[in-house]
Amino acid sequence: MTKPLLEVEDLRVRFHLRTGTVEAVRGVSFQLGRERLGIVGESGSGKSQTGRAILGLTPPPGEVTAKRLTFDGIDLQKVSKRTLRELRGGRISMVMQDPKYSLNPVMTIGEQIIEAYQAHAKASRAEARDRALAMLEAVKMRDPQRVFSLYPHEVSGGMGQRAMIAMMLVTDPDLLIADEPTSALDVTVSMEVLRILDELVSERGMGLIFISHDLKLVSSFCDRVLVMYAGRVVEELEARNLREAKHPYTQGLMRCLPTLTNDVRPLPTLNRDPSWAL
Amino acid sequence: MIDIQNLNVVFGTGRLRVEAVKNVSFTVKQGEAYGLVGESGSGKSTVLRAICGLAPISSGQVIVDGKPVTSPRTKDFYRTVQMVFQDPYASLHPRHTVDRTLSEPLAIHGVKDAEARILQALREVGLGPSFRFRYPHQLSGGQRQRIAIARALILRPKVLLLDEPTSALDASVQAEILNLLDDLRRRLGLTYILVSHDLAVVAHLCERLLVMRHGEAVEETSSSALRSGGASNEYTQSLIQASQGFTRKPADLAAAANG
Repeated sequence: MTKPLLEVEDLRVRFHLRTGTVEAVRGVSFQLGRERLGIVGESGSGKSQTGRAILGLTPPPGEVTAKRLTFDGIDLQKVSKRTLRELRGGRISMVMQDPKYSLNPVMTIGEQIIEAYQAHAKASRAEARDRALAMLEAVKMRDPQRVFSLYPHEVSGGMGQRAMIAMMLVTDPDLLIADEPTSALDVTVSMEVLRILDELVSERGMGLIFISHDLKLVSSFCDRVLVMYAGRVVEELEARNLREAKHPYTQGLMRCLPTLTNDVRPLPTLNRDPSWAL
Repeated sequence: MIDIQNLNVVFGTGRLRVEAVKNVSFTVKQGEAYGLVGESGSGKSTVLRAICGLAPISSGQVIVDGKPVTSPRTKDFYRTVQMVFQDPYASLHPRHTVDRTLSEPLAIHGVKDAEARILQALREVGLGPSFRFRYPHQLSGGQRQRIAIARALILRPKVLLLDEPTSALDASVQAEILNLLDDLRRRLGLTYILVSHDLAVVAHLCERLLVMRHGEAVEETSSSALRSGGASNEYTQSLIQASQGFTRKPADLAAAANG
C-alpha cells in the first residue's frame, strides 16, 4: 500500500469540566488509505469525537492531543488556523447526521453549494453554478435546476442529505468523514443515499471514515471496521470477517440485534465487563 | 380486543388537507402483539394516536374491548389502553421525580394504594426501589424507557400502544427493552400494538403485522411468513432487503421506494 492518507496515533480528547476531566477519546490509533473505514460504537463511545478531532472541530473546552495526527504528510496539530480552514471543506470534508440541522435554513441549497465551492476554489459565479448543478445531478436529484433554488425546509430528509453530500463533495476532497449520515433517514432512503455515497467515493478514489452505531450497516458498507468502547478501539477487523470478531463486546453487539432469519428469545444482552473500559 | 374498521384520519382542510390514514382495518386479539411497519409518513404512528385520542378519527370505527371509543375518551378507556412513546428523553417530565411521574396516573384515577403500586411497577420493569426518587437526568436512556413503561403499566391496562419504543436506544439497550416487553406481555397477559420502522424488531416482538405506506395498508402478514420469506408484496420485499444491510448490487430498491 502507498503512503496512508491519514495517520492517527494515540489521539486523546479531554473535556475539562467543573466536575473533573472527562476523557472522551483515550488513545485511538489508526491509519487510513483510500478505503472505507467504519467506526462503530454506542453512544458515548467517543466515535463522533474522534471524527471531529481530526477536523479540529472539538468544541471548547475540549482539548485534543495526539502523538501523531497527519493528513497526507501535513501535521494537523502544527498547522496554522488558516491552512486548517483551507484543508477543512477543501480536502477533508464532513457529512453530518441530520440535514435538518446542518444546512443553512435561510439560504437556498444551490447558494450553499456555490458558497462551499467558492470558499475553496477561485471560480467565477457562473462556473461555481455549473459545478453545483453538476454535483446535484451526481447525487441523483431528479430535477437539479429545481432543487438548486429550493430552501432546505422544502426538501425531504433524503434529498437534504443528498444535497449535503453534494456540498461536501463539490470541492473534490481526498477524505470524507461521514458522521451517522443515514441515521435520520428511513431504511429504504438510507440505502439509496448510501449507494450514491458509495459510487462517488469509489469513483473519485476518496478515503472515507464512516461513523455509525449500526454494526450491521457498517460491516456491509465498509472495508475495515474499528469498534470503539469507552473511548478506546477495542477491536479492528476486516468488515467481511465480522463474524469472527474476537472481542466479547463486538460479539455481544452482533448477537443482541433481533434478526429476521432466526428467532432467539430472550435476546442475549450485553454484560459489560468493567475490564473492557481499562 | 381491538378492532379497527376503515379508519381514516384527515388533517387540515382545503389546500392543506392531508389524508394521513386511508381506510385501514385490522383486528388484534386478546394477548396478541400486532406490529405496524412503514417509513416515516406512512401513517403508522397516526393510527396509534387515533386509537388513544391524540389524532382525530375522521371516519371509520375503533372498537376497544367490545365498545366503540368515544371522543373525548373516558377514564375507563385509559385504564384499558396506555401508550409508551418513542423518546424517553422527551416523554418524561424533567423536573418530576420518578415517584411523581408514577403517582400522577394513580392520582388521576383515584387509586388508593399508590405506595405499593409504585414499588411494584418499579419491580416489574426491573428497577429497584432506589430509583424512586431520582430525576430523569439521573437515569440512562434505557432506565428512562423502563420508567415510561412502568408509568404505562401502573394502571394495569390490558392494551399497550408502543410507538417506536426502542429506536432512540443503543442496540444493547434495545435488546434489554425488547426482552422486558416480551416478558411483561407473557406475565401480565397484555395486548400490544407496536409501531416501528425496523422490520426485525417488529418480527421479534409481534406475531402478525401490517405494512403501511403513504397512509394505506400494503400487506398484512405474519412474522413467521417474513422469516420464511413469504412476503408477497414488492414493497415489503424491499423493506426486508433494506433491513439486511447495504448491498452493492444496483438493486431496484430506490425504484420500488419511489414507485
